[in-house]
Amino acid sequence: MLLYDLVIVGGGPAGLAAAASARENGVEKILILERDKELGGILNQCIHNGFGLHTFKEELTGPEYAGRFIEIVKELDIEYRLNTMVMDISKDKVVTAMNREEGLFEIQAKSIILAMGCRERSRGALNIPGYRPAGVYSAGTAQRLVNMEGYMPGKEVVILGSGDIGLIMARRMTLEGAKVKVVAELMPYSGGLKRNIVQCLDDFGIPLKLSHTVVDIDGKERLKGVTLAEVDERGKPIQGTEEYYSCDTLLLSVGLIPENELSRGIGIEMEPVTSGPVVNESLETSIEGIFACGNVLHVHDLVDYVSEEAKTAGKNASSYIKNQRAKGNEHKINLIATEGVRYTVPKYINLEQMDDNLTVRFRVGGVYKNSYISVYYDGERMLHRKKAVMAPGEMEQIKLEKTKLQQYKDLKNITVKIEEE
Amino acid sequence: MYDVVIIGAGVSGCAVARELSKFQVKACVVEKEEDVCCGTSKANSAIVHAGYDAQNGSLMARLNVLGNEMMENLSKELDFPFKRNGSMVVCFRPEDEKKLYDLMENGKKNGVKGLKILSREEALQLEPNLSDEVTKVLYAPTGGIVCPFNLTIALAENANQNGVEFKFNTEVMNIIKQETGYLLKTNQGEIESKVIVNAAGVYADKFHNMVSEKKMHIIPRRGDYCLLDKSAGTHVSHTVFSLPEKNGKGVLVTPTVHGNLLVGPTAIDIEEKEGTATTREGLDKVIEASGRSVKNIPMRQVITSFAGLRAHEDRHEFFIEELKEAKGFVDVAGIESPGLSSAPAIGVMAAEIVKDILDLKQNEEFQAERKGILNPETLSKEERKELIRKNPAYGNIICRCEMITEGEIIDSIKRPIGAKSLDGVKRRTRAGMGRCQSGFCSPRTMEILARELEMDMMDVTKSGGQSKLIVGHIKEEIE
Repeated sequence: MLLYDLVIVGGGPAGLAAAASARENGVEKILILERDKELGGILNQCIHNGFGLHTFKEELTGPEYAGRFIEIVKELDIEYRLNTMVMDISKDKVVTAMNREEGLFEIQAKSIILAMGCRERSRGALNIPGYRPAGVYSAGTAQRLVNMEGYMPGKEVVILGSGDIGLIMARRMTLEGAKVKVVAELMPYSGGLKRNIVQCLDDFGIPLKLSHTVVDIDGKERLKGVTLAEVDERGKPIQGTEEYYSCDTLLLSVGLIPENELSRGIGIEMEPVTSGPVVNESLETSIEGIFACGNVLHVHDLVDYVSEEAKTAGKNASSYIKNQRAKGNEHKINLIATEGVRYTVPKYINLEQMDDNLTVRFRVGGVYKNSYISVYYDGERMLHRKKAVMAPGEMEQIKLEKTKLQQYKDLKNITVKIEEE
Repeated sequence: MYDVVIIGAGVSGCAVARELSKFQVKACVVEKEEDVCCGTSKANSAIVHAGYDAQNGSLMARLNVLGNEMMENLSKELDFPFKRNGSMVVCFRPEDEKKLYDLMENGKKNGVKGLKILSREEALQLEPNLSDEVTKVLYAPTGGIVCPFNLTIALAENANQNGVEFKFNTEVMNIIKQETGYLLKTNQGEIESKVIVNAAGVYADKFHNMVSEKKMHIIPRRGDYCLLDKSAGTHVSHTVFSLPEKNGKGVLVTPTVHGNLLVGPTAIDIEEKEGTATTREGLDKVIEASGRSVKNIPMRQVITSFAGLRAHEDRHEFFIEELKEAKGFVDVAGIESPGLSSAPAIGVMAAEIVKDILDLKQNEEFQAERKGILNPETLSKEERKELIRKNPAYGNIICRCEMITEGEIIDSIKRPIGAKSLDGVKRRTRAGMGRCQSGFCSPRTMEILARELEMDMMDVTKSGGQSKLIVGHIKEEIE
């Protein structure tokens, strides 16, 4: 059996940044396992720009952003295996992986970082009725076909869902000569970043129909058209509002799901809201020494935050491996998400092990204008920050300081909520 | 001139083909689609019914019980997944309990073994997620679940291995009676045959009516289904039916033989013989009705929905006979549920009829066994390592949800009746059948198909015909 200090599952932005951070913090034997044929993960198919504004203070394309981290990983001489699928991880941190050259092999790790990313929700998850012809793609699959393989999945396109990949693909398909007829969104607001709506739809005159969904799919062999309808407040189609759009392609951008089959297999405790593992301040899962970061933990809006989070996970894994963690786990503080806040990452804090500063990330459940992010230490409001707009498509964050938490005697719960005033 | 032409490569046609291949016969299966198992056989409950349901004395009842008995051995001979998980019929009201007893009596007369009525408490011991409404249960331990794709494919491959030809993309347009036998006019030219077996599913009436004045009428009875992720697959371990309804056996909740959870079907009579579109009403009905017999079904875990068409003949019976008015024309028609369960027995019965017509001799070289696509998950770690050493393609996972390797996909394409499309690969290997519904693996599977079949990526289809997956290269249409 191979022995490593740290095994990182996934060589996308999270895995790369975690590996670099662990090495910089002194971890010797690191191995990244990547299932695709190159490092970089889904960034490799994101050839549009807009990545790295926070991290590098410049606008990079996805492959360029990944390239920066790949370079760092190579400079740091971190080992990686490509085309390698992790089949199983045991509670005692034996990783079973497989590839063409080595076959099935096992690795004993001292620590593991989960960085498997996420997948797209499929048509089935929405239960869209109709036929099942060719031409119905998830937006990411179409993105791979266009940007990596050089093929056009279709010429007349309707997009369901205004997630970022869908918006990006609306522009991309238009630039390749396709006619994108409409983007329909079930919710009364977009699920994507504001800048993507402006740059990918508005600039190309592509209409965005909010509170609309696909109610029928037509075409037995290849897609012929879809029927859109308006929906009521509960998301049910309103009769009489149906409108038929002829098209040969339907792209679905209806949400991302952290890919946690391996995590569940280990028996890690999961958070139903995020579909990611429950983690503490160190981004450590319910199993000691197994950490998680990036989209496998919760779906991010910007890759910069993925890198930042992964850096923290790498550093914490390093402390764990070197047995340098602060002792004691007496003082546990719960983070409670309520009233407009859907979840928080992390979900609890071991105060003794907390760094001086901690970033808590979360998403809101609806669109809030001129509202406040409020943070309560037990009953007392300690933060009240006004924001002009908050929407489900954009991640929010607050910072906690260790000294302040220590000052607050016997602090049990930190509650994060949205308040109108 | 063929001895026999079988119209339709669904489970019935393939079962007949396989049984016929036990005789010395020049036989051919013609199919309008690009593959076997493209119609009713691919979209159904995947259940091997115990046989308590069909009216005692009917052909349906006899062949169901017989087919159920035969299925286990057949699954070993032909290497397809089958499991006797047991069925339950649940009843919600004390006043309906008599119907359970009637069903049990009918089943006993049909020869179904082991039937018994369970109290609510006894049933909950076996199936803890039965709903609070359930008052009594008819338990049928012989009920089973099967992979309908692999059953059909296995029958076809074995028939082919024993000499039966298959012609795909071949649609029969007309059938003309000749002095000896029949002339089939197809979109691929003319075919002559002494005997015709009409196993055309929802189209069986069309072919029957070409040669007979005694008209047959088959209505496609559509059923909508939802398939749930494997994480929901252990929600029930038995197949749970509600009491039969006017149009069928009602909505069921069942594990599949691959470990998913399946709920459905509805029963809607339609005119369109290709009308496999699901509807909002249908899917809502499935969700509502399944929740009545089994509680807390995690409907958020639905990964796909689909509709299948039962070939319902007005008289609700199987018709497996040589037509008196058209000698040499053998109907295998009206094969609606329990058609899948009955398929092994249907094959034997129809082959016997053909044997008598043509006075066929035994095929001494008949090979009864067929080996399925190797599933590496059934191997030990050491065996798996050895397999990858010999053939590295088995070390390359293509479908990450179902963990299907490139080796399995290549095997599915290179087999005698190999996959030619994404759906063909999916039905044979399950690549693309998992929770991401081929989002990640379809571009890679397309590449493998193009490479192995030496065709252009542009010509790779989802399911043959016009179902092309890509329409051009990038940079072509930029003006």
